[in-house]
Amino acid sequence: MSTRRTHSNEMTTPDINEDEHPDLGALGAPVAPTGHSVEVQELNAYYGSEQALREVTLTFAANTVTAIIGPSGCGKSTLVRCINRMHEEIPGARAEGRVLLGDEDVYAPKVDITAVRRAIGMVFQRPNPFPTMSIFDNVAAGLKLAGMRGEAVRERVHRSLRAVGLWGEVKDRLNRPGIGLSGGQQQRLCIARTIAVEPEVILMDEPASALDPISTLRVEELIAELKSRYTIVIVTHNMQQAGRVADSTVFMLDGSLVEHAPTQQMFTNPRDERTERYVTGKFG
Amino acid sequence: MSTPAEIQFAPRRLSESHVKLVDRIGEPLFRALAAAAGVASVGILVWIAESVFNQAGLAISHFGLAFLGHNTWNPVTNDFGAASFIYGTVVSSLIALLIATPTAIAIAIYLTELAPRRVRRPIAILVELLAAIPSVILGLWGIIVLGPFLGNHLEPFLSGVLGWIPLFAGTPSPYGMLNAALILTIMALPIVTSVTREVFQTTPGDLKEGAYALGATRWEMLRMTVLPVARPGIVGAVILGLGRALGEAIAVTQVIGNATQISSSLFAPAGTLAAQIASEYQSANPGLGTSSLMYLAAILLVISLLANAVAWRIVRRFNIMGRR
Amino acid sequence: MGAGSLQPSGSRLVGGPRHRRRVAVNRLVEAGCTLAAILAVAVLALVVISVLIKGLPALNLGFFTQEPAPFGQPGGGIANSIVGSAILVGLATAISVPVGIMVAVYTTQFAGPRVAGAIRFALDILNGVPTIVTGVFIFGLMVVGNQQSGWAAAVALAIVELPIVARSAQEVLALVPRSLQEAGLALGLRRWRIVVRIVVPTAAGGLITGAVLGVARVAGETAPLLFTSSIFSDLGITTSPSQAMPNIPVTIFSLSESPAPADHARAWAAALVLILFVLLLSVVARAFHERTRRRLTGR
Repeated sequence: MSTRRTHSNEMTTPDINEDEHPDLGALGAPVAPTGHSVEVQELNAYYGSEQALREVTLTFAANTVTAIIGPSGCGKSTLVRCINRMHEEIPGARAEGRVLLGDEDVYAPKVDITAVRRAIGMVFQRPNPFPTMSIFDNVAAGLKLAGMRGEAVRERVHRSLRAVGLWGEVKDRLNRPGIGLSGGQQQRLCIARTIAVEPEVILMDEPASALDPISTLRVEELIAELKSRYTIVIVTHNMQQAGRVADSTVFMLDGSLVEHAPTQQMFTNPRDERTERYVTGKFG
Repeated sequence: MSTPAEIQFAPRRLSESHVKLVDRIGEPLFRALAAAAGVASVGILVWIAESVFNQAGLAISHFGLAFLGHNTWNPVTNDFGAASFIYGTVVSSLIALLIATPTAIAIAIYLTELAPRRVRRPIAILVELLAAIPSVILGLWGIIVLGPFLGNHLEPFLSGVLGWIPLFAGTPSPYGMLNAALILTIMALPIVTSVTREVFQTTPGDLKEGAYALGATRWEMLRMTVLPVARPGIVGAVILGLGRALGEAIAVTQVIGNATQISSSLFAPAGTLAAQIASEYQSANPGLGTSSLMYLAAILLVISLLANAVAWRIVRRFNIMGRR
Repeated sequence: MGAGSLQPSGSRLVGGPRHRRRVAVNRLVEAGCTLAAILAVAVLALVVISVLIKGLPALNLGFFTQEPAPFGQPGGGIANSIVGSAILVGLATAISVPVGIMVAVYTTQFAGPRVAGAIRFALDILNGVPTIVTGVFIFGLMVVGNQQSGWAAAVALAIVELPIVARSAQEVLALVPRSLQEAGLALGLRRWRIVVRIVVPTAAGGLITGAVLGVARVAGETAPLLFTSSIFSDLGITTSPSQAMPNIPVTIFSLSESPAPADHARAWAAALVLILFVLLLSVVARAFHERTRRRLTGR
């Protein structure tokens, strides 16, 4: 799974564009759920005795893209991993506080973790298609977990592949292994896998950091397309990327929220002086 | 590793007379000794095969391949055949692996995914210690503890419930195929477990996270990622376990009853290649008798070499550090 | 929409019956896995406790110091077997440890990757050769036309021990940092001196561990001895390897085949001595192995 493969087929294959635009129409199909807002309230997270998040409170507005930036170790990954409760998969890790999806707390006692994760999808730093599954089965994996069978799965897989702009590239080889794709294609496959189960929120943990520039551009374009249907939270170490894709941006430092503002304002006129130092590159 | 070429720096400027005597003799001597040891470890393998086949020669030329399908062992009439022992070897080992494999996978899952961090190593070590129990002690335990339990409780129960299946029909007995298979299960389990566990540990964490992020339960995560990725490794582990079970002589000869018969019942006495060799240790007649015993050893050697070579090829791909 | 909604009715975050079934299946599997681990540990405990309970009553000082009672009579000890086993295992170790370490030195220090790979393969295959076959191999080589002897038995055990010692030595030697060896080269030391002065001493702990593991393994081996050292002319203590030597595994084996309960009691007592020795060595070797490895890899 080399991360920086060059692959010309992504941009130069002529059939992509003609195949893609009709697909984009499908994005507005009736199944589209609209995203919910996510409210994080007084969230504290720990790894063993080490505190990774301190009293974080903020709201990710529905159908927007919010970027989380900050120096490494500031807790930005931990924050998104707390939203779909992936944080607690790490041995010794725990979280306290409330994360409201609409009006429901994902940390409420009666809540099922698996349902939380289906409602709040996640895309990882390194593309992680399931190596033993075909392209089709990768996208269908979440649907099958949810008990969907037969034609409905096929329809949903095709639609998801169209939505991420992968359909033209893979429609003739749906039964080939997912890991046979290029890095950028793999990451879009993982996004297709995530949106196939129709979540309301998509969390992206540095989704382009392992990709080449062209693939990164594709993923960023995709994020812009997806926000009409999903609430998107993206962790990035790249401020330019935040500037390109995000409606609002969150700056974190040492596990605390420093500033949350519209992206434009964050980069041109930050209120907090620590933010200013960071976005102007004066940090460290 | 290190090739000699890249390491030989250049003492060429010094004339040979400057090199100390110990070095002039020591260096080539040491290298020669090391190389000889390396060659010896390969050579001994070839020698064993050559010698065993050589001594089996008399029996091989006398009985030919019909030996494999001939079911008798009669030193009085000098009539020998391996059929029942081949059958017993295959069946006892297969039953052992049939039980050991799912158990080993389950233990490996427990050790890699479920067990609290503090107890992982201790439990892994305890399971591996099972392999350290000398087989003669396991056999003793099989005779005196396991045997009576089988003969008086488990086998009557099994034949009561499942007696309509030929495997579980017949007279319960403390000695026999079932006892041997269970002892072999105990012997194969630690190997299969430890290799499977190491293979599981090679599954990348981000794959598991990918499955969890789709809303998979732990079991679903395992079925989507860890198990399919590890499948070839598990096969290798099972074949290694099979190799262990096929070749066990002592414990099996103690509990299997050493009969020259092919019976469909698991309760009946049987024999295996290795156990038959062991049981003849005091009574092999020179000539055809000993040679036939060597023929059994040759068959056993071929089977275990095959099993180990295949397993080696498979398991090596997982690049597992550590033993085996 | 026809596809069937994935969201359960009502709360999005609380699963329906299907979800409860999935969770139940998961719990069942987890319980099964835990049970399997408990079972394996329980079997170990069962065997060890059986040996303890049945072996302890017959165990006393005399058991270690006395020679066996004449056939069929009670009492007596296994002093002759203890001495014999010690000599056999000692001889086997004296053969296999130097050879095994030299094999490891060759593969890690001198041989090219291909040759090293081939030798590693041969060692693993040798480790998979049934020990009864090793026994009959030596039987054909050293006993037929001659007689059973301690030498034959020791060589058979050495063949069993060799791959264990060599493989574990390879593992440790490969962990010795290259920088140490380069330091030796920079001092103008010859290759063999670096091996003898730097590589082997650095890895000494690990090499000893391998030898201990080898001893633990062959101390309990019975199959290689059946054809090489199992028929004893007298029951006294023998110290000469030129004749068959009584030893613990074969003693347990023949006592276990006997119908007399008194013989079983002695078999259990001998088993207790053997199992404590073997398990103790295994545990110590493992603990030591971890330490060496951590020290050499810095992890």
